[in-house]
Amino acid sequence: MENVRSLIDILELSVEEIDELVDLGAKIMASPAAYAHKCDGKILATLFFEPSTRTRLSFESAMLSLGGQVLGFSEAASSSAAKGESVADTIRTVSCYSDIIAMRHPKEGAPLVASMNSEVPVINAGDGGHNHPTQTLTDLLTIHKEKGRFDNLTLGFCGDLKFGRTVHSLISAMSRYKGTRIVLISPEELKLPSYVKKEVLQKNNIEYVQTTDLEAVMPELDILYMTRVQRERFFNEEDYLRLKDSYILTPDKLRAAKEDLRILHPLPRVNEISVAVDKDPRACYFQQVRCGRYIRMALILKLLELA
Amino acid sequence: MTIDSIKNGIVIDHIAAGKAMELYQILGLDKLDCSVAILKNVVSGKLGKKDIIKIDRNLDLDWDIIGYVDPNITVNIIKDGRQVEKRQLKLPETIRGVIHCKNPRCITSIEQELPQVFKLTDREKRVYRCLYCETQAGK
Repeated sequence: MENVRSLIDILELSVEEIDELVDLGAKIMASPAAYAHKCDGKILATLFFEPSTRTRLSFESAMLSLGGQVLGFSEAASSSAAKGESVADTIRTVSCYSDIIAMRHPKEGAPLVASMNSEVPVINAGDGGHNHPTQTLTDLLTIHKEKGRFDNLTLGFCGDLKFGRTVHSLISAMSRYKGTRIVLISPEELKLPSYVKKEVLQKNNIEYVQTTDLEAVMPELDILYMTRVQRERFFNEEDYLRLKDSYILTPDKLRAAKEDLRILHPLPRVNEISVAVDKDPRACYFQQVRCGRYIRMALILKLLELA
Repeated sequence: MTIDSIKNGIVIDHIAAGKAMELYQILGLDKLDCSVAILKNVVSGKLGKKDIIKIDRNLDLDWDIIGYVDPNITVNIIKDGRQVEKRQLKLPETIRGVIHCKNPRCITSIEQELPQVFKLTDREKRVYRCLYCETQAGK
């Protein structure tokens, strides 16, 4: 619907709008009580056609913290999709019951179809290996909180850069800032797809390097974004098993890193960051989870025009 | 070989050699009941070889689709035996219902009634991407 603002892809937000959201997220984090009743009487529907405990709880926590209420389902089996209902029909129905919708779906483009048929704002909470804009907003709030800026940062992305949608989205978002430098660390088979290199990095004249050696580039990094090799993105179990342990971050590997490096991870992790790294003050993936709640609060307020 | 010149109709010219049948299918010319001539491998000064389609009737064509097949194609409108209009085609911004997304992870793979829509993302390299999943056309 034309006059309802949704968020399907991070690039729908201008740099100014991202700055506003990050500012608002930081303000909410500093004084949450001031926002505790902003969404009184509003309902968020969380439609999760694919399980994702973290993202769903984060949205629900965000709405409850704003004084609103939540309803929804957490897997396709408990929805009418199991009976063969289309996304469009599900959304037309749910938009009668709610003021805003957060939707995760295993098929790429499903949240876009939802937004085209909804009377209320739709937030893409992840569509297959495609987009996950609220994870990117979470990453951006974390980076800004930790570094105080977005420009002139060297970001290292490590692990699965091929299927890692959070990586593609964050690279796209950071490509709009001055002085961004990208270091891509992955096994050959999981390299960043060439279309992202061409259509994002090269198009925006972003300096980038590709390597398979994490330790060699460690001293250059301001941000290290670790990722999990995701079993669910592989059609072939053998390939998954061969690649899953390509990079494991340990305290030893951090010896050459800058003192003010910040380590991010979209979580959940399997074993790509050793538990021993959790105690390192440079590890901030659990602060990142906290940021996820506050930036989603900011986004809900913006889309409901209550900010 | 001679094909009679048409009095009222459309001549689609400068089709890259071998592409005429693709265009014939995409435009749905098989559904017409008028005369349609397909000329293949015609000697051309500009292209070396080219294909030509002559349609013996004036009708509304989907110019955008022709531009997608090849923007170098020219469309000549003939009235009373004379060329009254020559159209140069551009790559369309959007293509609907012509090409299908081949990504098995795309929502269109399970909801077949959704319109197949592709957007032009790189004019220079003629790249179209699925509206829903952004997979490149033809990949």
